[in-house]
Amino acid sequence: MSRYYVNKFLFTVDRDPDLLRRYKENPKSLLATWEQSIGPQLNSVEFSTVNSFTDAEREALVNHDVAALFEMGAHFFLSLTIFIAIYDEEWTAKSGPLSFQKDFAKRLAHWEGRDYPPVGE
Amino acid sequence: MARLTAVLATTHHPFYLKATTAPVEQQIPQAAEWKRKVEAYRETLTKAEPEILVMVGADHFHQFFLDNYPQFLIGKAPRYDATFYNEEREFGIPKYVLEGHEELSRFMHKGLLERGFDFAFSNELKLDHSIICPIITTRPQADLPVVPIYTNIFAPPLPSPKRFWDLGRAIREIIDEFPSDKRIAAIGSGHLSLELGGPRQFRETGPDPEFDRQAIEWLSTGNIDAILANVTHESMAKSGNATHGFMDLILMMGIAGPIPAAYSDSLSLFHTMEAYLTWYPEGAAR
Repeated sequence: MSRYYVNKFLFTVDRDPDLLRRYKENPKSLLATWEQSIGPQLNSVEFSTVNSFTDAEREALVNHDVAALFEMGAHFFLSLTIFIAIYDEEWTAKSGPLSFQKDFAKRLAHWEGRDYPPVGE
Repeated sequence: MARLTAVLATTHHPFYLKATTAPVEQQIPQAAEWKRKVEAYRETLTKAEPEILVMVGADHFHQFFLDNYPQFLIGKAPRYDATFYNEEREFGIPKYVLEGHEELSRFMHKGLLERGFDFAFSNELKLDHSIICPIITTRPQADLPVVPIYTNIFAPPLPSPKRFWDLGRAIREIIDEFPSDKRIAAIGSGHLSLELGGPRQFRETGPDPEFDRQAIEWLSTGNIDAILANVTHESMAKSGNATHGFMDLILMMGIAGPIPAAYSDSLSLFHTMEAYLTWYPEGAAR
């Protein structure tokens, strides 16, 4: 498991309008590209050989699965921000303001009153 | 020596600008009240007539990430850009450029190291909404040089609440010793109880209104003993997974000292409680 790499995915995609659009339109394709050429980048010259996803992490990212990501300890701010960017507008048009955010909360309802999965050491 | 003329501790609601500048028919019901409260709060800074601002906030994974996340960092640049693409996208916050104050940044950094706070530093820092939101609310003309200080309230493991208090005390000593005739104000932003990306997010109130009420009382009475006796990383997590931003408000009270605030106001909004506190350190109020 690489909680760090999941967070790196969310971080690098959320801050880049082109990657974000591709993650919305075709998450599987973007994830494959990301694993090949974006995730390993330390900077424009240096590459890391250290990190990789598990199948469960790939699946959670491809499915935009906020509950699975929460349970893996993906950072709450990254997860909220990127999925607001992807879903807020269409949910607002369909079901009113903040409907996506409230549904996001509902998908995590079983964690209320429990210790959340840690997002750091 | 420099004079510390005001210390402000505030929540930073990123939607303030959008909420209060939207067409009236699209505004939330509290928009007018929110604007009135913020403008009244702004006056507490204006009347202190600051010439330099020491700004305390926390980077929300905009410039800094988990490959290299500083516990405490000071900006030492001559100038700071502000507002990242994803903040414009989500919150509608415009871009800014703030002048720096390299002399106070250097003096502050050295003073912090001498007092046992081994700060990271940045000569190329872009500021995020934790610093720009209080600029928008308290100094919208954005016309004063700033010394930005970032804390880690965000990427565990975090420094302790006591460490934030002690850091505030150290910053105060350093401002008091700064060899300058300038009038300095310190402005910091954080949170009360807050849930982001969790089951308690986006409810009618913040996730823990009782904590919010208590926290404002502690801050407004300068009761650091009660804060340090009651507030831990674990207790904050129980109040909401992003509540740890309260530690930046503790830091600000550390700059003021254990004294009652001269001004305290709050506003319960959907999802959060907003808090607006100002201290006038002894001898500095006009």
